[in-house]
Amino acid sequence: MNRFNKPTLKKAFKDSLPVMAGYIFMGMGFGVLLQAKGYSFIWAGLMGLTIISGSMQYVAVDLLSGGASFITTAIMTLMINARYFFYGLSMLGKYREVERGRFYLVATLTDETFSLTSTFDENAPENNDVSRHAYYFLLSMMDHCYWIIGCTAGALIGSAGAFNTAGVEFAMTALFVAIFVDQWMSGKNHFYSVLGVVLSVALLLILGDSFVIPTMIILTLISMLRKPADEKEADSKTKEANTCE
Amino acid sequence: MNNTLYSGITVAIIAGVSLLLRGFAFIAFPEGASVPKLITRLGNVLPYGIMGFLVVYCLKDAHPLSYPYGLPQLIAVAITVILQAWRKNSLLSVLTGTVCYMIMVQMIFV
Repeated sequence: MNRFNKPTLKKAFKDSLPVMAGYIFMGMGFGVLLQAKGYSFIWAGLMGLTIISGSMQYVAVDLLSGGASFITTAIMTLMINARYFFYGLSMLGKYREVERGRFYLVATLTDETFSLTSTFDENAPENNDVSRHAYYFLLSMMDHCYWIIGCTAGALIGSAGAFNTAGVEFAMTALFVAIFVDQWMSGKNHFYSVLGVVLSVALLLILGDSFVIPTMIILTLISMLRKPADEKEADSKTKEANTCE
Repeated sequence: MNNTLYSGITVAIIAGVSLLLRGFAFIAFPEGASVPKLITRLGNVLPYGIMGFLVVYCLKDAHPLSYPYGLPQLIAVAITVILQAWRKNSLLSVLTGTVCYMIMVQMIFV
């Protein structure tokens, strides 16, 4: 199960190609942005190596250049990257049995890597010669490398002054807008999408720049306390079943 | 505090919290432990609210009352939304939206 063989390498590389395109491009956007705030490519590479999170690194540029407090930074990271906790939760079974390199698999879990490793089907006929644990490892490592390369390259290109980078920070806005649209079109949880926008705008108007932490807290509380539609449905079904009896 | 130290600590905090989040399930739920319903619910709905917040966070510095009245942002967001809804290709939408924004702030709304 742990063998690194050719079919595994081939499969991992092939699956990683779309991630390569995305990470090099998004990483470069980050690198250019960070460099424009006066940080060298070493910082860009270091952040790509240790943070491994597109959205968070874009926000980090803003936090760094704005001189955010450490507590704001910690809470922002906690909220923006909370999804990693849930990815870990979903991969518990699959990653726990990996004996060597498990820490690396967990530490490099990203949206894209998760989407591939969580859906890898060992029993599919075309995956006969693919060893699962080696596939997880190779894929995680390839994605990680693309990301570091993208981040570093972006900062180098930015510092070479090849083009006017004014306005490149919009890449972060565009990324979140695109994800927001995807979430909206999935047809689920519109209430929470709207809540996120309305609550943030309201608190921004009232509190100004210090709206971040209050927004996060209220958003979490409402998300925890409000019963989503599918749970209500399940409840009413149980009730119906009970009355029928 | 000197800037390198401040930046180093900030990066370390972000990397540390991210790592903790990634590994927390493996620590908190040892084999066979069940996951509380409240946690599952948060996992299902929190990403939607957070993305709404992030969009607002990114646009917080647009000033609708003074020139250029947040127009570059408004137009670029509209382009991104339309492209994403139409082609469902994040790379394409992000790249086009960003390039349009850069052209607007560099050449049109100077």
